[in-house]
Amino acid sequence: MTWLNVLEWIIKSLILVLGLLGGFAYLTWYERKLLARMQVRYGPNRTGKFGLLQPIADAVKLIFKEELIPTQAEKVLFILAPILTVVPAIVITATVPWAPNFTIFGYEVKPYIADIDVGILYITAIASIAVYGIVIAGWSSNNKYATLGGLRSTAQMVSYELALGLSMVVVILLAGSMNVKEIVEAQAHHWFALVQPTGAVIFMIATLAELNRAPFDMPEAEQELTAGYHVEYSGMKFALFFMAEYSKMIAIASIIATLFFGGYREPGFLYGTFLSVDKFWFLGPVYLLGKILLILFGMIWARATLPRFRYDRLMAFGWKVMLPLALAIVFVSAIGIAFAQSNPLYYWIIPVVSVGLGLIAVGLLDKSLRRKINAVH
Amino acid sequence: MRFIKPLLEFSAGLKTTFLSIFEKPVTVQYPEELRPVAKRFRGRHELKRYDNGLEKCIGCALCAAACPADAIFVEAAENTDEERYSPGERYASTYQINMLRCIYCGFCEDACPTEAIQLGESYELSYYDRKDAIFTKEMLIDPVPAGGAPTPQVTPKGQFDRSVPEMQDSQD
Repeated sequence: MTWLNVLEWIIKSLILVLGLLGGFAYLTWYERKLLARMQVRYGPNRTGKFGLLQPIADAVKLIFKEELIPTQAEKVLFILAPILTVVPAIVITATVPWAPNFTIFGYEVKPYIADIDVGILYITAIASIAVYGIVIAGWSSNNKYATLGGLRSTAQMVSYELALGLSMVVVILLAGSMNVKEIVEAQAHHWFALVQPTGAVIFMIATLAELNRAPFDMPEAEQELTAGYHVEYSGMKFALFFMAEYSKMIAIASIIATLFFGGYREPGFLYGTFLSVDKFWFLGPVYLLGKILLILFGMIWARATLPRFRYDRLMAFGWKVMLPLALAIVFVSAIGIAFAQSNPLYYWIIPVVSVGLGLIAVGLLDKSLRRKINAVH
Repeated sequence: MRFIKPLLEFSAGLKTTFLSIFEKPVTVQYPEELRPVAKRFRGRHELKRYDNGLEKCIGCALCAAACPADAIFVEAAENTDEERYSPGERYASTYQINMLRCIYCGFCEDACPTEAIQLGESYELSYYDRKDAIFTKEMLIDPVPAGGAPTPQVTPKGQFDRSVPEMQDSQD
C-alpha cells in the first residue's frame, strides 16, 4: 500500500460522502418541487431561481434552532440515536461501483470504496442496522408516539427484509456472484429487471418499506403518531434523521439501479456502440445518476399517488404476499438456471413463469380484498 | 381479466398524478399577484371628499355611536369660512379607528349621514406595534381629487352652510 492508495481512498470517500450529503439537500428540493407539481402547486420558488437555495435556507434554520432534550429521556441513547441512523445511510453505498475501473496517468483507479466479494451481504447487513437508530430514538424519547413509531418500524423492517433478502438472492443466482461489480458486469446485455421483472418489483416495494416512505410510512405517520420516532427531536438532531432518510433514499436508489437496472452500464441496446462505458469510463457515473434520478422519481410518484396502508394490511401484505412470492421466484430462477445449462432457451422460463406468478399474486390479493369488502356490505 | 384489472386500476391512479405535472398550478403568487376582492368586500375604511376637495365628514360621531366594537373615536371642531374643512358648522378635527378593535361590520358606513366613511378594498393591515393599529384621519382620508383644493379652504360666505348634502332619490 503506497501513499497513492491512501490518497485514492480519501478522494473516493470524499466524493461519496459529499455526493450523498449534497445530494440529500437537493433531493429534498427535488421531492418538494415534484410533489408540488403533482399536486398542481409550484413548490418552493422564493429562495433563488426556482427555489434552488431552499435547502441552504433550511439548513441554516435547523442549525440555529434550539435543541431540546426531554428531562425524562435517556440522554446518552437520545443523542446516540440520530448518529446511529445517519452513519449506515452513508456507508451503505461503499460497495456500489460508479464506473468501470479506469486509469489516470498510468494509475489504475477502482471507482468504489470497498472491493469485497460479499458486497451484497454487506448491503443487507448495513441496511438492517439503521433500524436500531429508529428504535432507540423511539424508546429513549420517553414518549408514547415515539415508542409506537419505533415499534412499528421494527415490525415493518423485519417483515419486509425477508422479501428484500430473497429478491437479492435472485440477483445472486442470476449473476453467479455476490460481488457487486460482477453483478453489474453480468447485466451488460440485459438488465435483471427484464430477466426477473417480478423480482425487481418485489425489491422496489420492499425497499420502499425499508425506507419508511409512503405508502409504507407507518413509523412516522403524521396523522396517527404526529411524527413517530422523531417527535421529541429538534434542531440539528432532527436534521440528522432527515439527512439519514434522504441519503438512504439515494443509497437505496443506487442499489436498485445496480442490482436490477445495470448499474453504471449503458442500456443493453447501446452495448458495443461508442456510448458504451467500455469506450468512455466517465459515462458510467452519468448513466448511474440518470438511473438514480428516475428511480427517485418513481419513489416520489408513489408517494404522491398512494395512500398509507392500514397497519394490519401492511403486515399481511408483507407476510402473506411478498414472502411467498419471493420464495416462489427464487425457486423459479434456480430451476431456470439449472435447465439453461443444457439449453440456453430455457432461460425464458424465468421471466415468463415469474410474471405469471406475479399476476396470480395480484389476482388472489384482489380476490381476497373484494371478499372482505363484500363481507362488510 | 381478474389478474390484469387491479393493475390497470393501479396505473390509472399513477397516470392521474403524472398528468397533473403538466397542468398549470392553481397557486396565486400573493404579494406579486393579488386576487380581486368581492364586490361588497369590507376592508380598511376610507374617508371620502367632495369633488372640490372638501371633506364629507362633518364630525357628528354617529359612526362612533353605531360602532359595536367601540373602535372609532371622533372629536369635532368649528368650521369658519376662512378655514373650512367640510360643509356646514363642524368638521372632524380628530378621527381615529383602532383596527385591532374593528370587526369590519360596516355599521359606521350605514350610520354616516354624508356617506363620508366607506369600507374600502385594502386588507393588508398588519403592524409590528399595537400603537400602529390606530389609524388616524391622515391615514384614512382619500387624496384630494383632481380639480379640488386641499383643506382647509377659504370659501365665499354662505355657500357651504348646509352640512348634509341634499340627497336625490336614494340609490340604495
